[in-house]
Amino acid sequence: MIAATSAVQRPADAKLLVVDAQRDIIHVPRNAFVEFLRPNDLVIANDAATLPASLTGVHEPTGHQIELRLAGRPSLDPMEVSRFSAVVFGEGDFHTRTEDRPLPPTLTPGDKLVLGPLQATVEELLGHPRLISLLFHGTTDDVWAGLASHGKPIQYSHMQTSLELWDVWTKVAGLPVAFEPPSAGFILDWEVLSTIREHGAWFATVTHAAGISSTGDDDLDRLLPFDEPYHIPETTAKAVEIARQRGGRVIAVGTSVVRALEDAATEVGHLRIGNGMAKGKIGPTTRLRVVGAILSGTHEPGTTHYELLRAFLEDSTLERATKELTTHGYKTHEFGDSVLIL
Amino acid sequence: MTISSTAVSDDPIAGLRVAITGGTSGLGLALVRELISRGARVAFVARTRERVEQVARENPGAHGIVADVSKKEDIYPMAIQITGELGGLDILINNASSLGPTPLRLLSDTECEDLEDVFAANLFGPFRLTKALMGSLAASAREGRGAVVLNVISDAGISAYPHWGAYGSSKAALNQLSRIWNEEHAGEGVRFLSLDPGDMDTPMYHSAIPGADPATLKRPEQSAHELINAIAAALPQLTQV
Repeated sequence: MIAATSAVQRPADAKLLVVDAQRDIIHVPRNAFVEFLRPNDLVIANDAATLPASLTGVHEPTGHQIELRLAGRPSLDPMEVSRFSAVVFGEGDFHTRTEDRPLPPTLTPGDKLVLGPLQATVEELLGHPRLISLLFHGTTDDVWAGLASHGKPIQYSHMQTSLELWDVWTKVAGLPVAFEPPSAGFILDWEVLSTIREHGAWFATVTHAAGISSTGDDDLDRLLPFDEPYHIPETTAKAVEIARQRGGRVIAVGTSVVRALEDAATEVGHLRIGNGMAKGKIGPTTRLRVVGAILSGTHEPGTTHYELLRAFLEDSTLERATKELTTHGYKTHEFGDSVLIL
Repeated sequence: MTISSTAVSDDPIAGLRVAITGGTSGLGLALVRELISRGARVAFVARTRERVEQVARENPGAHGIVADVSKKEDIYPMAIQITGELGGLDILINNASSLGPTPLRLLSDTECEDLEDVFAANLFGPFRLTKALMGSLAASAREGRGAVVLNVISDAGISAYPHWGAYGSSKAALNQLSRIWNEEHAGEGVRFLSLDPGDMDTPMYHSAIPGADPATLKRPEQSAHELINAIAAALPQLTQV
């Protein structure tokens, strides 16, 4: 598939490949998504806003330029923003593919990093020369102000221009905790949400700190997805119960929603409300307890996102759908086209 | 509206997350103090770092943010800090306003660029910031906390006062923006209010009307109390939706 290179969240010509319950494949304009909803279906999106998680700066002991990409944190608590895990690159910027980015200078616990107005200390290496735990200096407000003024959204070499925050925040973006955009949610705008209601379906959200999708380093990528904190609102848990009682489907908008809902699911498919930490991978052997359908971006074999889709479809159908995505010219990556698996 | 004492524990404002623009003087400062006293969690925005730091020091618990609502590039950094520091948002008060150059001039004597600057602060800034924060507000409404956007307007946006053309027309537009938004987001449970606080004894008013007699003007503290009561009155209707 070809990469979408323009930062347009809802292009007029966006496509949707639908795999229906009979495993038939249908091609429609993406804005026809709501036509596949039935009364009492529940559409759940990730309402995390995207952090300006890319920070340029200097590794003070060597004076070398670095780019640091925040990649994880222990919780969603807004007052706990001092400690993050991060992937560190050497010199260069997003115009160079991450696969070709040099390693950072050798990082050692205690090293000071100067990142614009922010200062941080390397706490420890996390088993790879690019992956560290760091501690920001200053107050909580200092860290937020520094991220706001100096950080940029994580960039992609396939994009024509650099991304700004308004490019990567979905319409429903709220708490700024995602490291990369929950881009399946780009399909949603306030008109779509209104139309969902008009179809007798419902809309709810989870907040999930969607992590880095790829680092360009095979060893690191094998560790993805990292552990990701999430929050399940009480109203969302109740909406799932109501949808189930009334025969509606739970339709996840994006892989991060699947990850949060399935991690929060009890053995019999109820949701634990509140905060949690999504660990592990979802794949062909996963038994989905809550989510019945997924609206997602297009994903290529070999990626963790593709593996997650294998929890929804047997391989033969997924392979057939993947071939059709290619032959019909679907675009992939953050601003690409979409698939709906019912 | 009349001022009445309200116990913090019974106050629907207590514990809510509130952002205020223009929070270091006049009505905005009075709103910060009123909200803190009623147990709200507050983030306020203003342009001057020294004033922001001073107000934050004087109001422990309030989060001060240095930004200019009239600048497009400041909007998302502002939204990140508001939602990050408060952990979400229940109430947004678009209070920051600009009169434009003073003394105020007749409309036909107003430079086009000055009109644009007034609209940037009084209309486009609130529009951009509200859009950026709509996801947080809608989340609050979904979760039953309620969500209110208060746009501070003026009778100059309703009556046609000579010399108030730039300010008045921007406030008229903000009023209409609020009314339409209130209709469009009823389904999400986000409520929009546009309220006139009255003529107040504030630096802005004295800048517009030099020599105005303070005795004839409202205290900003009184207006702040009335506005927060109006927001509180809007909240229970939301949580019943």
